[in-house]
Amino acid sequence: MAVQAGGTAANFRYARDVILRPFSAFPERLASMFRFILRRLLQMVLAFFGTTLIVYALMFAGQGDPIQALAGERPVTAAQRAYLTQKYHLDQTGVGGFFYRYLDYVKNLLQGDLGQSLTGRQIGDILQQAWPVTVRLALIALAVAIIFGVTAGVIAGIRRASIFDNSTLVLTLLVLGIPTIVLAPIAQYFLGVKWQLFPPTAGAQPSFYALLLPGIVLGSLSLATALRLTRTSVAENLRADYVRTARSKGLVKRRIVSVHVLRNSLIPVVTFLGVELGNLMSGAIITEGVFNIPGVGFNLFRGIRTEDGPLVVGIVSVLVVVYLVSNLVVDVLYAVLDPRIRYE
Amino acid sequence: MRVRRLAAWTALPLVVTLGLAACGSGGDGGSSGGQDAAVSIQISEPQHLVPTNTTETSGSQVLAGLFSPLVDYDAQNKPYEVAAQSVTSSDNKVWTIKLKDGFTFHNGEKVTSDDYINAWNYGAYAPNGQGASYFFEKIAGYQDLQGEKPKAKTMSGLKKVDDLTFQVTLAEPYIDFKSMLGYTAFYPLPEAAFSAPGVLNDSYEQAPIGQGPFKMKGTWQHDSKLDVERYDAYPGEKPKVKDVEFRVYQQLTAAYSDLQSDNLDVLPTIPTENLSTAQSDLGENYQTSPMSSFQFLAFPTFEKDYSNPDVRKAISMAIDRDEITKSIFKGSQQSARSFVSPVLPGYRDNTTGAAGQFNPTEAKKLYQAAGGPSKITISYNGDGGHKDWVDATCNQLKANLGVDCVGSAEPKFADLLTKVEKKQPVGLFRMGWVMDYPSMEDYLGPLYSTNGSSNYYGYSNPEFDRLVKEGSAAPTQAEAIKKYQQAEDILAKDMPVIPLRFGENVYGHSSKVKNVQMDLFQRVNLLKIEAAS
Repeated sequence: MAVQAGGTAANFRYARDVILRPFSAFPERLASMFRFILRRLLQMVLAFFGTTLIVYALMFAGQGDPIQALAGERPVTAAQRAYLTQKYHLDQTGVGGFFYRYLDYVKNLLQGDLGQSLTGRQIGDILQQAWPVTVRLALIALAVAIIFGVTAGVIAGIRRASIFDNSTLVLTLLVLGIPTIVLAPIAQYFLGVKWQLFPPTAGAQPSFYALLLPGIVLGSLSLATALRLTRTSVAENLRADYVRTARSKGLVKRRIVSVHVLRNSLIPVVTFLGVELGNLMSGAIITEGVFNIPGVGFNLFRGIRTEDGPLVVGIVSVLVVVYLVSNLVVDVLYAVLDPRIRYE
Repeated sequence: MRVRRLAAWTALPLVVTLGLAACGSGGDGGSSGGQDAAVSIQISEPQHLVPTNTTETSGSQVLAGLFSPLVDYDAQNKPYEVAAQSVTSSDNKVWTIKLKDGFTFHNGEKVTSDDYINAWNYGAYAPNGQGASYFFEKIAGYQDLQGEKPKAKTMSGLKKVDDLTFQVTLAEPYIDFKSMLGYTAFYPLPEAAFSAPGVLNDSYEQAPIGQGPFKMKGTWQHDSKLDVERYDAYPGEKPKVKDVEFRVYQQLTAAYSDLQSDNLDVLPTIPTENLSTAQSDLGENYQTSPMSSFQFLAFPTFEKDYSNPDVRKAISMAIDRDEITKSIFKGSQQSARSFVSPVLPGYRDNTTGAAGQFNPTEAKKLYQAAGGPSKITISYNGDGGHKDWVDATCNQLKANLGVDCVGSAEPKFADLLTKVEKKQPVGLFRMGWVMDYPSMEDYLGPLYSTNGSSNYYGYSNPEFDRLVKEGSAAPTQAEAIKKYQQAEDILAKDMPVIPLRFGENVYGHSSKVKNVQMDLFQRVNLLKIEAAS
């Protein structure tokens, strides 16, 4: 089979890490993959400390009076102020104070202790409770994006300029144009309250059904992007030389599309969806708030609102790890999908 | 081959999704119907559930179910005994509290006077960092428990007489001490709460043991809910429902959606966004009741621009309160023309006199004569839904006084207070107050006296301070109220703040419950609520 550099849109994102090579022997390939992963893991350690430093610095700089923020509009007693100030080293200010508190934080972090939030709860416990529900929500959103986005994208790509293609174009434009902060309450009002098709909120231990509506809302943006990406990619591949060869060889159209075109077209989509998983987990602040899901976004929002520095830094640190890992997985996956790609 | 591998890769996330989703522990989104379904009440995630560390409404709502207060308040907001047999004093300085016999904690321990004394000492001891510790400051010996290395661990003013009687000696006579005992901070703690004398168990908070009508079912499920059930050995008034679920919501609008579809039974506060439609959405399940909140605009009286009381009065006269409560708050708040809440014994209408009446012509005349500033700023916290009314107020000032006026938002209330404390020029700023217990002193003391905990505006009048102090030390309620009212009259002359609005509980409930009553502290009355049959 004539192999050509198919989906050119595929390597737009990771051109730095992966380059195309025609052939490579298998064992050498495996060894280079491990070298690649090892190097990336080492880089991740650096990236992790770099980002926590930045996040810590931002929280530090933006901090007004966290004790008053905790008390809301009530006056704070001197005793309580003294207690919290001492417990969280809030009297350590300036550049020296910053490094003192940051190093203290990192020291505890290395011992596996994420510290306590300003209300005295273990941040490790908070995250342990928040993660499962957020992961489930993100995976449902991702599944929605894959099932509907990719399928519709393939159909639209094959039947270019048809009614289906044009209507999905308009619909995706609409979805991409409406921010979640508008989409989520509207969906909740009509589907949850008015027509009662879904429970309006999900709660802490939601059933699959209760998470479906928030999942669809959260996934709609990725759905639209995945659809557009698949459509373009399929349309482009359909015009490629190898398709013409296959057709002239007498292959049936169904086989050409489902075997040859689909495989080459999905490479950029898989890349996008892999990275999107990280986005979905962190970007659910609005959706989780509207549907009352106490996940990561929910806690992050509360941490920011109450100036709870330890909580925000703790959550963001874990999010950084999620991003780094999902990026690594995408890069590895990418080369698995396309044998011409060499790890470097 | 390759194709199959690709298919596997694509299918993998799907399988994981469905697998994980199937792990869900079953529907929790809404309480299922039927007679025995728990009554669900919206709360925010409480910060703490130790009585002496609970100062916000959500925590206080939960504790109100788990604990029974020494006193509660009747329709006139006068205290009457609940867990106490009697609270008496001959001189308002030494108070004798007799407990009712028969109260037990949920673990079976008998409630004794030691449980009160230990709990209060724990709350007052500064190194414990309890948020409500200032409630004990009137008790003799409180000062010895303050500072980094306190001299004592127990207050000298608390003395056990027998198992059901103890004596509280105050540093100075205080007429409203009995009213004060209704506050959350004065609940007792069982022996089981302490791991050693004066050291609270870390785990106590996760499943607080009280002596009230409800006991914990399981532990506090953070960010999710708290379940309580009726405590059958409770000797007082029996609750009409068996189970109550306090469900945690971060956003009121989410709770409102649940309320509309009967997934939530009681929403104690209708979100501002939904006020305009709530009445038609909920019909007769939309309700209002009196509440103690008081919204006002404070003057930085230490600034030259606002040091003249006539300027302050003129600004007050230029504001049309009724228009704002009608158009912006849809009648969910009342115009305020006094310095204390109408729910209090001793409240009088219109204590601000002429300065509280909307009179644009007089206002302009007075303002120009007094030489008020040509530009007014009103600062507020941007996270509390205050923009609309601040802008409306500004527009009225522009039109009626012919000045320039802008609203200036600070991100959070804490940021606003920080600026005010540093005496940065913020102009007028918004403030609010909710009482802790029904006494005029709970407004006059913290808000307007020279050392008041919430007097951020630098108001100081020795005559006022003296009258409030005399009122607290008065031998009878009638005399106390007279002094307090004289003090309020001074405020009317000095006008350190502009009273704007008194709040109301605006709440809603589902069709599955009835007889939903709210108290002055924004809490649902758990003894009265019933399932609708």
